[in-house]
Parts: sequence; C-alpha cells; structure tokens
Amino acid sequence: MPRLLGVEIPPEKRIEISLTYIYGIGFSTAKRILEQTNIDPNLRAKNLTPQQLNEIIHAITNNKIKIEGDLRREMQGNLKRLQAINSYRGIRHRRGLPVRGQRTSTNARTRKGPRKTVGVIRNPEAKAGKV
Amino acid sequence: MARSLKKGPFVESHLLEKIDKLNASGVKKPIKTWSRRSMVTPDFVGHTFLVHNGKTFHSVFVTENMVGHKLGEFSPTRVFKKHGSHTAKVTK
Repeated sequence: MPRLLGVEIPPEKRIEISLTYIYGIGFSTAKRILEQTNIDPNLRAKNLTPQQLNEIIHAITNNKIKIEGDLRREMQGNLKRLQAINSYRGIRHRRGLPVRGQRTSTNARTRKGPRKTVGVIRNPEAKAGKV
Repeated sequence: MARSLKKGPFVESHLLEKIDKLNASGVKKPIKTWSRRSMVTPDFVGHTFLVHNGKTFHSVFVTENMVGHKLGEFSPTRVFKKHGSHTAKVTK
C-alpha cells in the first residue's frame, strides 16, 4: 500500500493517475513530477519501490507544490481576506452568488444551489385595505 | 488581461496629488473621489476615502489588506433587494 505525505493511498492505478488523487495535484502536475524523477508513468502505484516513493515526495516538496490541508488553508485565507476588506468579490462570496460578473437573473445554479421559490411576505393589513 | 508591470499601478493623478499633500502635512481627513478605477497603493493605507457609487459617497477606510484592489471594489453600486422588503415599507 503506497502512502504519500500522510493519508494518500491510491493503489491499483497507474502512478500517473493515482497521483492526481492527491488534492492539489492534477494530471499535468503528476506528469511533470514523474518526468523529473524519471519514473515510468505506466507503473502501477503498488509496484513502486520505497525509494521511488521517496523521490516523488522530494519532487513535491522541492517544487513547493501546495497540497491537501496547506492548499485548502491558503484558499480559505484568500477568501477571508476578500470578505474582511468588504470588497465586491468578498460580498459575492458571502452571498453565495457568482463572483466574476456572470448573470444571475437566470442560471448561476452552481453558486446558488437548487431552486427555491420565494414568495412575497405580505403585510397582513394590506389585504384588509387599511393601508 | 492584466496591466503591464512596466507602467506600474494606475492611480488618477489628482488623487495622487491629494494623498501626497495629506501625507506631507500629516493630517487625515476623508478624501472625496469619483475615481473608482484608481488602484489602492501603500500610500493610501490609513486614509479614509469617500468613493462615489453613482449616487452617494461610500466611506472606505483603507487597510493594508486592500492594497492592489481598485477603490470601486469597496463601494457597491447596486442595492440588494430581498423579497418582501418593499412590502414591509408599505406598513409605514
């Protein structure tokens, strides 16, 4: 069972692919790492020698690639900063609306979530004609 | 596309003049400005700006975190209308 930098355990797949199971490493980063360490990308993750695993870990730390918790924390920090300074982007994040100027009249469902119907909350006296 | 680094940050010249004057004299008083497109530079930190949003002037106190953003980002131009809020007004 290969283990990389903590909890990552991607076993039966080609190393090229299984590296992408680490948060913060995509396909191109994985390929770059393997190129640098001279490891055959077609190898299965379980067949790697401990030495090769070490090389991969070195490549990740030496290239200063942020992964997992560190990356998540950084992203959260960025968000917090935008919200703390009350910038337009921060406000959009707070409201859960699209941040980069997309339309919201229709669509924007990824940010807004499932449709929820909002009815008008009427002033009860309005109906009685008192207002 | 991002602005060329060669040119440096864009700040309206009249705004820059005002800042320099305030920084030289050491007084802090709010600066009224319409220049939403000006970037916040480190000289701005600690000053208060009244940034026009098309209708009124929105008070913005500049902190260190705001450097690199544009003044307009801190002065919203639209009012967020909730459902029912206008009916509540009818109550009055």
